[in-house]
Amino acid sequence: MPKKFVKEFNVIENSALNATNFLIKVQSDTELPEIKPGQFVNIEIKEAEEIFLRRPFSVFEVDYENDVISMIVKILGRGSRKLTEIKAGSKLSMVYPLGKTFTYPSADDKILLIGGGSGVAPMLFLAKESGLPVENVDILLGARSKEDHINVDDYKKYASLHYASEDGSLGEKGFVTQHSVFTDNLNSYTKIYACGPDGMMRAIAKEAKAANVFCEVSLENLMACGFGVCLCCIEPTNKGNQCVCTDGPVFNINDLKW
Amino acid sequence: MVDLKVKLHDIEFKNPVTLASGTCGFARETAEFFEPGLLGGYFLKGTTLKNRDGNNYPRMAETPSGMLNAVGLQNKGIDYFIENIYPDIVDYDTQLIINVNGSTVEDYIALTEKVNELDKINAIELNISCPNVKEGGMAFGVSCPGAEMVTREVRKVYDKTMIVKLSPNVTDITEIAKAVEGQGADAVSLVNTFLGMAIDAEKRTPLLSTITGGLSGPAIKPIALRMVWQVANAVKIPVVGIGGIMNAADAIEFMLAGASVVQVGTAIFKDPMIPVKIVEGIEDYLKRHNMQSVNELIGGLQV
Ligand SMILES: Cc1cc2nc3c(=O)[nH]c(=O)nc-3n(C[C@H](O)[C@H](O)[C@H](O)COP(=O)(O)OP(=O)(O)OC[C@H]3O[C@@H](n4cnc5c(N)ncnc54)[C@H](O)[C@@H]3O)c2cc1C
Ligand SMILES: Cc1cc2nc3c(=O)[nH]c(=O)nc-3n(C[C@H](O)[C@H](O)[C@H](O)COP(=O)(O)O)c2cc1C
Ligand code: FES
Repeated sequence: MPKKFVKEFNVIENSALNATNFLIKVQSDTELPEIKPGQFVNIEIKEAEEIFLRRPFSVFEVDYENDVISMIVKILGRGSRKLTEIKAGSKLSMVYPLGKTFTYPSADDKILLIGGGSGVAPMLFLAKESGLPVENVDILLGARSKEDHINVDDYKKYASLHYASEDGSLGEKGFVTQHSVFTDNLNSYTKIYACGPDGMMRAIAKEAKAANVFCEVSLENLMACGFGVCLCCIEPTNKGNQCVCTDGPVFNINDLKW
Repeated sequence: MVDLKVKLHDIEFKNPVTLASGTCGFARETAEFFEPGLLGGYFLKGTTLKNRDGNNYPRMAETPSGMLNAVGLQNKGIDYFIENIYPDIVDYDTQLIINVNGSTVEDYIALTEKVNELDKINAIELNISCPNVKEGGMAFGVSCPGAEMVTREVRKVYDKTMIVKLSPNVTDITEIAKAVEGQGADAVSLVNTFLGMAIDAEKRTPLLSTITGGLSGPAIKPIALRMVWQVANAVKIPVVGIGGIMNAADAIEFMLAGASVVQVGTAIFKDPMIPVKIVEGIEDYLKRHNMQSVNELIGGLQV
């Protein structure tokens, strides 16, 4: 029985969350396999001659009842821009489900989830899946300004929400690692999870290491295949060069050469 | 019923569709999508005597209709393969071929001797054409004496089917093909990637850690097709066609140009199911053209 699939999905929604982030929902006409936070899909960008390879995007939500997968797509370059122009009713070819999930928290864990840039989706998905009471889950989102933040008020039922913005227009001013959750009580958490720009994740890893708190990050290395055959997406680790697409994208910071 | 079976020297492929080295891992990865027995064979990831970490990230750059890679033969070495991978894949009902790489002739020999012990491996592909390693690799494949030497020395220790993989980064590929034929190669496979380069103009930096890398994908297809046609006309041994094959029509073109077997490479990154679709597409073509056997396609170009 296959574990991974290539399929055309029906696009059922594409809506702007803000100027650069879009929520894309696609529906399968067959039953979905189990998909966990951190796992991703590799999407074909159609009608774009200059775009040859697929583009990887984390799964944001899965609705097994209706066989719907959602992604949050942030415009970065040509491919992501083209993807955000897709219309409901059209088809989207995806390879799925790819990659591995996070180490799930146990019942007595207190967790901090940090998302920035294109890395918000897996953090929100994990918050929902964690199964922890809301007081044990904190989400910290970082962005340049209020306009760059997406509205995640729906997640108040799963977590307390904290914001950092570089210009101070939403939440605390500065980078996520300058936020009070870092400066005041990082040790109150038993597990930290992060996804976002490389620089952000490295800074978080440094703090988590210093505080000796368990920390997993989800990497977004450039990919060609997404299923472990090309060896283009590698990350140096203590176990040698590993594939972000199959050994990751989630890594424990202690395994990375950061 | 059309007959899809083809022979390459003395080994049989259930159909002419195989996967190219470095684009199908060790076959297990594709088995998560489809039954490996559906394909004629797998040219497994380039293997060396000892562990190789490969080149630094970034190793990949997208280009118009293709991509550059600079993986640099990352693999855990032949002993790891024999102990940890071979047992998992040995029962796949398809031809498994090891892509052998060395920095020195001695490396090629030592590696081949180990592969020779593996009962279910009926052929090797001698890679003398990797553009992404500093020593060995393409250095052997771009001169007749270098190509001849590796082929001759490996031939002495290997009795099964020996396929030599040629580099397109040469003035006249038929000269190299004839040179390895003269030293006992049972078949040639071509082409490996074309040496290329990509630059980020905004940042004024190369896109690959190695600055240059190997170009693959549909961008190279017309050149690869021309080379396969030239080589097929220049040598008597069979030819394995490689380069930008994206669909059944491309595969058929390579066979018409003279290839007995084709390797699908970069296309699988776009569509992991494409190899299976290509087998089906070839079968359809044969039916449409009232052909009984896929062998009728080989060298069937009408000029
Ligand atoms: C496992 C994984 C999960 C991801 N999840 C999401 C997600 O949920 N939402 C989301 O919006 N994005 C996500 N991304 C990132 C997304 O894949 C890239 O933004 C997208 O591929 C960029 O394509 P493009 O054609 O728009 O950019 P291009 O035009 O190809 O590139 C524009 C510029 O960005 C650089 N670039 C492109 N991709 C990356 C990358 N992955 N890392 C660093 N630099 C890059 C290029 O080198 C170039 O300079 C994820 C990536 C991975 C690997
Ligand atoms: C990511 C990548 C890795 C490769 N690794 C190898 C390798 O280890 N050994 C080898 O002989 N060829 C290797 N190749 C070359 C391919 O086998 C093939 O010759 C080439 O890509 C042209 O075919 P294509 O255009 O269908 O991809 C590699 C190609 C790519 C794209
Ligand atoms: S993207 Fe090909 S191995 Fe990870």
